Amino acid sequence: MPKKSSPVALPAEPAPPVRLSVRKTYKLFIGGKFPRSESGRTYVVNGDNVALASRKDARDAVLAARVAQAKWAGATAYNRGQVLYRVAEMLEARRAEFAALGVPAGELDAAADRWVWYAGWADKIAQVAGSANPVAGPFFNISAPEPTGVVAVVAPPSLLGLTSVIAPAVVTGNTAVVLAPDPQVGITLAEVLATSDVPGGVVNILTGRHAETAPWLASHADVNALDLTGVEHADLAAELERSAAGTLKRVVRHRPGADFTGDPGLRPMTMLLETKTVWHPKGE
Amino acid sequence: MTATTPLGLSDLRSFLRGLPGVDKVGVESRAAALATRSVKASAKATAIDLAIRMVDLTTLEGADTPGKVRALCAKGMRPDPADPGCPPVAAICVYPAMVPVAAAALAGSGVRLASVATAFPSGQAPLEVKLADTRAAVAAGADEIDMVISRGAFLAGDYDRVFAEIVAVKEACGGAHLKVILETGELATYDNVRRASWLAMLAGADFIKTSTGKVAVNATLPITLVMLEAVRDFRERYGRQVGVKPAGGIRTTKDAIKYLVVINETAGDDWLDPDWFRFGASSLLNDLLMQRTKLTTGHYAGPDYFTLD
Repeated sequence: MPKKSSPVALPAEPAPPVRLSVRKTYKLFIGGKFPRSESGRTYVVNGDNVALASRKDARDAVLAARVAQAKWAGATAYNRGQVLYRVAEMLEARRAEFAALGVPAGELDAAADRWVWYAGWADKIAQVAGSANPVAGPFFNISAPEPTGVVAVVAPPSLLGLTSVIAPAVVTGNTAVVLAPDPQVGITLAEVLATSDVPGGVVNILTGRHAETAPWLASHADVNALDLTGVEHADLAAELERSAAGTLKRVVRHRPGADFTGDPGLRPMTMLLETKTVWHPKGE
Repeated sequence: MTATTPLGLSDLRSFLRGLPGVDKVGVESRAAALATRSVKASAKATAIDLAIRMVDLTTLEGADTPGKVRALCAKGMRPDPADPGCPPVAAICVYPAMVPVAAAALAGSGVRLASVATAFPSGQAPLEVKLADTRAAVAAGADEIDMVISRGAFLAGDYDRVFAEIVAVKEACGGAHLKVILETGELATYDNVRRASWLAMLAGADFIKTSTGKVAVNATLPITLVMLEAVRDFRERYGRQVGVKPAGGIRTTKDAIKYLVVINETAGDDWLDPDWFRFGASSLLNDLLMQRTKLTTGHYAGPDYFTLD
């Protein structure tokens, strides 16, 4: 059918395009992926949407950590050290992003240095925390440290604080489920970890109210240790510790107002290690 | 040759070919829609206990030892030793060689003993061998026989031979219940699943079962839905109720509950009973126990607290 030609008014010149801003949603970090909360809930922090983790997100994170644990513990200590060093490299690459979130330059330096420091410990901790024991019998008797397993961490808010609880947990072969009180710093660190050859599930970061999620982790029978460094409220900490006792978890408590700038010592690592002692017969 | 069934069908082939085709898109979307149902709290607790009672706890490995079979039987009778309220499973399912061991372990417990037979899992053996296999398992104490059909013959269109085999095995079973494994992963289409279901039921199957668990595709929700439609329609037509058993690939409580929803919505609640529906599974039981523990204790359970089967 032929078209009818009729005079058409030309549209007005379009206004010059206004670029829409690319808004960021801070999602959870579970099993190497960035899912929203299964509950669909979000909250707003500094104008950005942030996922509000539920108990089921905590459950999924524990499952991811459990799946990842054997392989991560089975990786060579040298390899784990390399991966932690890579975290420091990627942290350096994202300095501007952390600075925009208000992380001071000095703290960024300290956090990167802390990752490097723990990376160095990866293949040395066994020599320091293990021993060859003299025994009265024809045996080699050797004690070797082994990772505790899945560690649930209520982390302090600062980048250095987060680093100071995550790095000592994972360097020895544990995997971690971390409740990060500052979601923007926490998830930006998750983006660092996701691009650092850290296998999916080794570190899982949840954002939201730890008073809601931490009790589920404290009582979870598949969590082996609980780090309460970031719990400010003494009553909540006591309650979580009581709950953790039900499944004989290791519980890490720090002194209130702990300062992360000093030398951490070996305790953050050794608290999350178990000692395996082997008796091996030797010939005479 | 024309098979004459006890149910008065003169021409099996034209009957099976005359069954209406399955709407693939429809059945898949129906199954997917039913899988989104949310079952919570006390309904979930009931569903978990029912699912435990429906489990055919299975070990079908070349490496099975008498010790492993005895351990599995102990687990089937008391799945959660910490909780006497936890019901036992429906049956233990083993290879024929392990039937005497399992029969001794299960004696008097009420847990039934199923044995695969008829050259499981391929079914590629002469009929005499299959019948001898079946008789041996029944003689050793099996209450239920899980037979495999000759998929080769079925796919070649030789329905009469498959029919005759099932009839013969049913006869060899004597008083034992006969479950007929269709191996749906090798039947290629839903239409074939529907035909094989009807064929097995017409030949006298007490149960129709999806899979051996030994091929790439095992039980799926849409395939089970097609089979549930078949048993529903079969009872409507002939008045005899036949059970359904999906097997292989069902590992989580969430999956098991989806199946329970599909049973209820397809065949009806007459089938929500261990006499008429079973899960062929091994790792499913531990997940059911963990979910059950979560509901009774209020905290999440871990695999370290349950036996590896």
